[in-house]
Amino acid sequence: MRLTASELACHRGGRDVFAGVSFTVASGEALTISGRNGAGKSSLLRTIIGLLRPAAGRLALEGGDPELSVAEQAHYLGHQDALKGSLSVAENLGFWAGFFGAPSIDLHKPLDAVGLAGLAALPAAYLSAGQRRRLSIARLIAVPRPIWLLDEPASTLDAAAQVRLADLMRAHLAGGGLILAAAHGSIGLDKAQELRLGEAA
Amino acid sequence: MSWLAALLVRDMRIAVRVGGGALMGVLFFLVVVTITPFALGPDLALLKRMGPAILWLAALLASLLALDRLFASDHDDGSLDLILTGRAPLELVVAVKGLAHWLTTGLPLIVAAPLIGLLLNLDATADAALMLTLLVGTPALTFTGLIGAAISVVLRRGGLLLAVLVLPLTVPVLIFGVSAANAAVAGPAPFGAPFTILCALTLASLVIGPFAAAAALRQEME
Repeated sequence: MRLTASELACHRGGRDVFAGVSFTVASGEALTISGRNGAGKSSLLRTIIGLLRPAAGRLALEGGDPELSVAEQAHYLGHQDALKGSLSVAENLGFWAGFFGAPSIDLHKPLDAVGLAGLAALPAAYLSAGQRRRLSIARLIAVPRPIWLLDEPASTLDAAAQVRLADLMRAHLAGGGLILAAAHGSIGLDKAQELRLGEAA
Repeated sequence: MSWLAALLVRDMRIAVRVGGGALMGVLFFLVVVTITPFALGPDLALLKRMGPAILWLAALLASLLALDRLFASDHDDGSLDLILTGRAPLELVVAVKGLAHWLTTGLPLIVAAPLIGLLLNLDATADAALMLTLLVGTPALTFTGLIGAAISVVLRRGGLLLAVLVLPLTVPVLIFGVSAANAAVAGPAPFGAPFTILCALTLASLVIGPFAAAAALRQEME
């Protein structure tokens, strides 16, 4: 499986956010997207998932399921956690698992993978920012999809959770997945390509 | 179709939990109808004549009450982004959210209506007819309201815009709902004609509402 972007451009609010962005990511590979604030890291991820329409260029996925769009084979982990405070941890994860087509999975495994198994019955409103982020990450484990689009995935995580996230990402890559992550620093992957936005683009 | 059930269950759970709109809507309905006799005075004939109109107005306002957060809360916490990237057609997502909203705010009003009919001096037949008009008419209120909820999703204080946008659109539903209920309560006009038109309005809104709301959401998420 190979995700290729050629000369992608994004135009928002009357200005060019980025233009001429090209990259190729294959199975088992990771790409970190860096750049100053406002360089378009989040916009690039939102363009790939289909929430923004590219102003120019094209995006192609080879070797995926031809019946499905890129968005349907990708997980998007944005700045917002997409959790409902009045639902419990397990209900939040169960909803997204059901919505993304895996209704009858065992929720214990993904919750355990992010260290939240003991809090399954707690309403999500009581979670800390880092725990909310970990619950969002559990969604990626619960429903297997080959492409992970992560927008500053480690931003609110403590050191131990960052290590755990890096382990999960390595396992995903080892299983043939691919990862695109917007990040200011390292995300703990050794062999990641780097794409710098906003420099002589 | 598992996503459909997942979304329906989630929205209904949120509505009946603390801070959800279900209980608030039915309480608002009960309070508005209860205080009206105090304002109008103990004139039984007047109450009986105005009863259907009061119940219908209260039902209209109550179903608008929770509607402004229907998409806005999903937009604010990022859920709408994920929903838009899902496999589910947006029109169906909107329709399922509308259904969940109606089941949690419209249906309780209908269940509470006979109780409240007592306060307005309505007899059993009139109550039954009124419940029937509410049962048929309130889905139209919800599904018309979906359009306003989708348009006001990115606005702060969207609830005000929602009311201004949606209330004029509900005028036909109000007219035929109240006239059907009045025909059953007081006669002599026939019940069937306005009731049939009410059914037609609901069916039209069930089709137009989700498509218009989905188009508005797509436009706004760009």
